[in-house]
Amino acid sequence: MISGSSDIQDLYREMVLDHSRNPRHFGRLPDATHTADGINPLCGDKLKLYLRVNADGRIESSSFEGSGCAISVASASMLTDAVAGLPLDSAESCADAVKAGLKSGGLTKPPVPGLEALDGVRAYPSRIKCATLAWEALGAALGNNSTPATTE
Amino acid sequence: MNAPAAIASPANWRSDFPALDQSVNGHPLVYLDSAASAQQPAVVIDAVSKYQREDHANVHRGVHTLSHRATEAYEGARDKVAAFINANSRSEVVLTSGTTESINLVAQSFCRPRLRAGDNIVITHLEHHANIVPWQMVCEQTGADLRVAPINDQGEVELEAMFGLIDDKTLLVGVAHVANALGTICPLDKIIPHAQSRGVPVLVDGAQGVPHLAVDVKALGCDFYVFSGHKMFGPTGTGILWGREELLEAMPPWQGGGDMILEVSFDKTVYNELPYKFEAGTPNISGFAGLGATIDYLQGIGMQRIADYENDLHDYMVAELGKVEGLRFFGEARNKASVQSFLLDDIHSHDLGTILDHQGVAIRTGHHCAMPVMQRFGISGTARASLAMYNNHDDIDRLVEALEKARQIFG
Repeated sequence: MISGSSDIQDLYREMVLDHSRNPRHFGRLPDATHTADGINPLCGDKLKLYLRVNADGRIESSSFEGSGCAISVASASMLTDAVAGLPLDSAESCADAVKAGLKSGGLTKPPVPGLEALDGVRAYPSRIKCATLAWEALGAALGNNSTPATTE
Repeated sequence: MNAPAAIASPANWRSDFPALDQSVNGHPLVYLDSAASAQQPAVVIDAVSKYQREDHANVHRGVHTLSHRATEAYEGARDKVAAFINANSRSEVVLTSGTTESINLVAQSFCRPRLRAGDNIVITHLEHHANIVPWQMVCEQTGADLRVAPINDQGEVELEAMFGLIDDKTLLVGVAHVANALGTICPLDKIIPHAQSRGVPVLVDGAQGVPHLAVDVKALGCDFYVFSGHKMFGPTGTGILWGREELLEAMPPWQGGGDMILEVSFDKTVYNELPYKFEAGTPNISGFAGLGATIDYLQGIGMQRIADYENDLHDYMVAELGKVEGLRFFGEARNKASVQSFLLDDIHSHDLGTILDHQGVAIRTGHHCAMPVMQRFGISGTARASLAMYNNHDDIDRLVEALEKARQIFG
């Protein structure tokens, strides 16, 4: 019973609930240079991630659309905040660090401040894939991968 | 029949199921996910264990004592199933790995050789994926059409529209006895006679019917009835295909291998008789030893008693859930069994599932392997509470309390 010792509020932290209720950068991004779909086949969570990368190779802006649970929406919303202004290689290593942190090791020292709010999900093994979905999609978008990213 | 005093009350039924006697996340377990898989009574667990410890060998093959015992356990289960659903004979009872395999068997063995391009199979919009995809596959293989009868906002099959789909090109009608996501009890008493009067056989997906209703295949009058052991308190990996003998007789074997033959040479193989020609390879013997014990257990109580008890409990659940502010029902058929799908405010079903689990309440969340049903209602999934003979009013009160807590968190 991994989740037995933790408080449910540790999963649904104020910041996570805030992002899920008022997702930032929600909607299609005109002039996107990179996009990717993320699908969580078991849950039915679906999202599309848009990035606009400028001539200097920095992410100028990003957005997402789709539907999913509070965790997947909050994680996608936080992602769009976190990657703004990052060079492509930093965004890629950020995605890798968040995925690795959520799956093991923890997110107490995230590559971008604020993402530690997602750390509570680690106590709920069946929900980790909800939090990683957007980050899988980010990896796919940066790799210009036309196959939808999945969490399976 | 036992004297009334000896008949177990529902309170005793619950204590027959050891898995229910535990705490989950610091709370006594409330198990409301029996439509996904039901818990097993101790007598079933013990029967499987006894078989594994004392009687295991292969069936139908050996002359030694253990092989004889294994065969008795396995074939004994077939006899019990035949009596349980009132089959004409044991040859009509094919033992499979589950409802899914049973439907695939009918799709590939009954439908595939008969379907021509332009023919059709009729199903309904409320089916589980297991009663959709095997038909889609055989239609793709043969150029036939899959026709889907619509459902209304309450989750009931629109019969007139369904009857309009059944024509002289229809090879088979496939319909759920009880819809897994919506709980609708389908009007088989209307669908079966209508289809058969046009010469169209009917397969009933009984996966959600058998655990909750007294099933009599002769009284239903259907042509195939399929179900799974694990939804009716038996082991996983056990399933049944019941079919009319003349239909099964005319069907070619589906899978080839040992046990389904009488004689094999490289020139010619003579297939075994019913039901063995559909049972290639070593079956799930321990599972069926358990299923035999399951049927004894259920027969000892009586399916009608179980159905009556569950109906009262279902009414209580619907009434109590109806009092929860912000709760919306999906599936409000007039004739319904044991299952209620719902959503609360705009909380995603997986978030509800996690919050409830944290309070020891196990429900199913998501699309319930019925994505077309979700599409029909324009949602991605629901929360579903499903009842079984071991649930009680207290379970439903705990569910309602847990939902109130979810509203606080997301408030």
